[in-house]
Amino acid sequence: MVDDTRRNFLLGAGLAGASMASGLAAETAVAQPAQAAPAAPPQPAASAEPETYLVLNATEAAFMSAMADTIIPADELSPSGTDCGVVTYIDRQLAGAYGAGDRMYRSGPFRRGKPEQGYQLALTPREYFVSGIAAANAWSRKTFGKDFDRLAPAERVTALKQIEEGKAKFENFAATTFFNRVLAIVMEGFFSDPMYGGNRNKVAWQMLGFPGLPALYREKVDAYYDKRYVAPPRSIADFS
Amino acid sequence: MVTKLKEVDAVMVGMGWTGAVMARELTKAGLNVVGLERGDDRLPKEEFTLTQLRDELRYVQRIELMQNNSLDTITFRNEADHLALPIRRFGAFLPGEGVGGSGIHWGGLHWRFLPTDFRIRSALAEKYGAKAIPDDMTITDWPVTYAELEPHYDRFDKLCGASGQAGNLRGNIVAGGNPFEGPRSDHYPNKPVKTGLGPAIFRDAAKSLGYHPFPLPVATSSAPYVNPEGITLGACEYCGHCNRTACEANAKASPNVNVMPALRAEAKFELRTRSFVSRLLYDKAAKKVTGVAYTDMRTGEEFEQPAGIVVLSSFVFGNTQQLLLAGIGEPYDPKTGKGVVGKNYAYQFEAGGTAFFDGKWMNPFIGAPGMSIAIDDFNGENFDHTGLGFFGGGYIACSNGGAPPIGGRRVPHGTPRWGSEWKRATVKWYPHATNFNTQGSVYANAKNFMDLDPTYRDALGRPLIRLTYNGTDNDHKMSRYLLAKLDGIIKAMNPTHYELHARPKNFTIVPYQSTHNTGGTMMGADPKSSVVNRYLQAWDAHNLFVLGASVFPQQHGYNPTGTVGALAYWSAQAITTQYVKNPGPLVHA
Repeated sequence: MVDDTRRNFLLGAGLAGASMASGLAAETAVAQPAQAAPAAPPQPAASAEPETYLVLNATEAAFMSAMADTIIPADELSPSGTDCGVVTYIDRQLAGAYGAGDRMYRSGPFRRGKPEQGYQLALTPREYFVSGIAAANAWSRKTFGKDFDRLAPAERVTALKQIEEGKAKFENFAATTFFNRVLAIVMEGFFSDPMYGGNRNKVAWQMLGFPGLPALYREKVDAYYDKRYVAPPRSIADFS
Repeated sequence: MVTKLKEVDAVMVGMGWTGAVMARELTKAGLNVVGLERGDDRLPKEEFTLTQLRDELRYVQRIELMQNNSLDTITFRNEADHLALPIRRFGAFLPGEGVGGSGIHWGGLHWRFLPTDFRIRSALAEKYGAKAIPDDMTITDWPVTYAELEPHYDRFDKLCGASGQAGNLRGNIVAGGNPFEGPRSDHYPNKPVKTGLGPAIFRDAAKSLGYHPFPLPVATSSAPYVNPEGITLGACEYCGHCNRTACEANAKASPNVNVMPALRAEAKFELRTRSFVSRLLYDKAAKKVTGVAYTDMRTGEEFEQPAGIVVLSSFVFGNTQQLLLAGIGEPYDPKTGKGVVGKNYAYQFEAGGTAFFDGKWMNPFIGAPGMSIAIDDFNGENFDHTGLGFFGGGYIACSNGGAPPIGGRRVPHGTPRWGSEWKRATVKWYPHATNFNTQGSVYANAKNFMDLDPTYRDALGRPLIRLTYNGTDNDHKMSRYLLAKLDGIIKAMNPTHYELHARPKNFTIVPYQSTHNTGGTMMGADPKSSVVNRYLQAWDAHNLFVLGASVFPQQHGYNPTGTVGALAYWSAQAITTQYVKNPGPLVHA
């Protein structure tokens, strides 16, 4: 399928030149849909700590929280996405310059393009997620009788797989594209520096074995050649 | 109201690598130079600092150092009969903005083209017969030879404090280097950067197959070094944050660190930032440009800057757009094949792979783009193309460029993308993955070109440049061939899992692939077939010089910046030793 080809390609593209996979990295992380749903323990839709959001309303926050906890369930490796601060991260991103479409070309006419032409909607990222959440919840109600965040954890997994695999048809909104953007922003929140609100207590870096700052390794390259290098992760705040 | 300023000897349109190198050479020759840069100034002591550079979200994901698409972008379509739409946020390629341009955020891979690359049409015709070159493959010989450029490659090596292992020193093959490279007059100024574990396994496997692996050359100093401008460079720290980011160690070469300090100290140089050049002032009858018009983006004020010499030193798209807007040179028409401005747009046809080695500790966060091993056995005319059905090639490399957590994680094919199973695979494989790339050439094709968009405009009201580009059958065949060779090497490395990432049929504007855009103002032997002559002087305006990869007639199987830097020195030499004494065409058509 076309998407698979593209995803495969994305993964390794350009690594010798300027090589990080783009913001769509998470989208490209694997080429095949999930085979079996992990038996995730039931999770609360929201963090135990009450949250104050800048722009997400209650419905949007509940949706993002359910998404974050389905994508990043609490297990032996990490707390849930929400408990790691992922929803706080998303809220702050959408409230700030990124959410407002900073540095995007936003002149019309806006026309439906080919997939090769990339994003062509008039919506800012914040507007995009607001519209997408409404479309996803409408589909969830039609299919399961409830908003996405009201589904039991196992049902959420089923629903998310349908969206990811293109089996869910949102009304007037591209469902798999929406899924990929949700996946990307959740992964950003989980793995970015904690100063942005996610990755609380550097939990994702700890899990991954990513040491963070200061990343001065000249003396370590040879010493750790084919040996595991472990260091307690440190973030920007640890040096500020 | 437009304010007309006092004439200067020379004005630079853009202050990346080429603007900085040219301005430096012209001021040394005694010229008064103004550098116009539409973005911000970027001072290493303020911006290339820790802790901020360790912010992957800001630099890698939100691409802080790149061109601001809200002011200017390009439109894109795969084919001439499609509707071009604006790239609303750059993805496949990432031109930089501000002083330093793309020379801040690049990876620093530092190559020379092959001697045969500079005479590729002749070389192919001699070897395979002129008829073997397809009609629509509009490749040409360069109007300059490798031997002529060599001293300038050498200067740029030293400016950058480049690190690598010579493979051909004045005609003698040196063990451990690239035996296919053209003769070098000198060693790299610094020894290669250290080799990572993945690349070391690649090196041994490549050797076992009879290939010729060598440390990938890089414009990053592996040890402290004082460059010919008297600037002290630091040593690479293997921080793993090179790509899309600046270097706090002053090890990765950038205009800001390696040239600008000398220019800033020069009384004959004036830098004006937030100065967006709207058009070249062209006197067609006199075959000269009289200067440039620009807008101060802080105030909206418009200025005319008269200049004796105008240097177009912006990116491929900006250079081409300026010539089309000014009416300098005949625009290329893909229907008739006539015209030259916008012709021979090319790109880099990269494809790669990932391999996972259970039990081998790659520590992927320790990295530098130069911590890589490459082979050049399947580049250009280094191998026989008889019966292959394509021309071109590229180097093949295994890299340790770093693996920041948002974008640098890899899991084997077939792993779910989310949930606990994804998490377990991520934790299991992150420390054990290594990556590969094939740096495929793009041999120009008649259907790939640039012109002005009829609909979309930039912040100054000018038509956007419109890119029509798709991969050709030739380049797809070439890429599959390189991937098949890579496949053989990876198999010999004996990984636990691996996968190759073939290019999709159509070029797509997301995700990131390469910022090696080339062409549009190609250099050549005569005005009928090119925009600028061998000294990068415009055929239709003798005091206009166009620098950068926009002058490439096609793109070869290497990163372009080494050649971009060498050409800037080559052109500067022609201006300072010939043109200023006797202004006029340096090559008579």
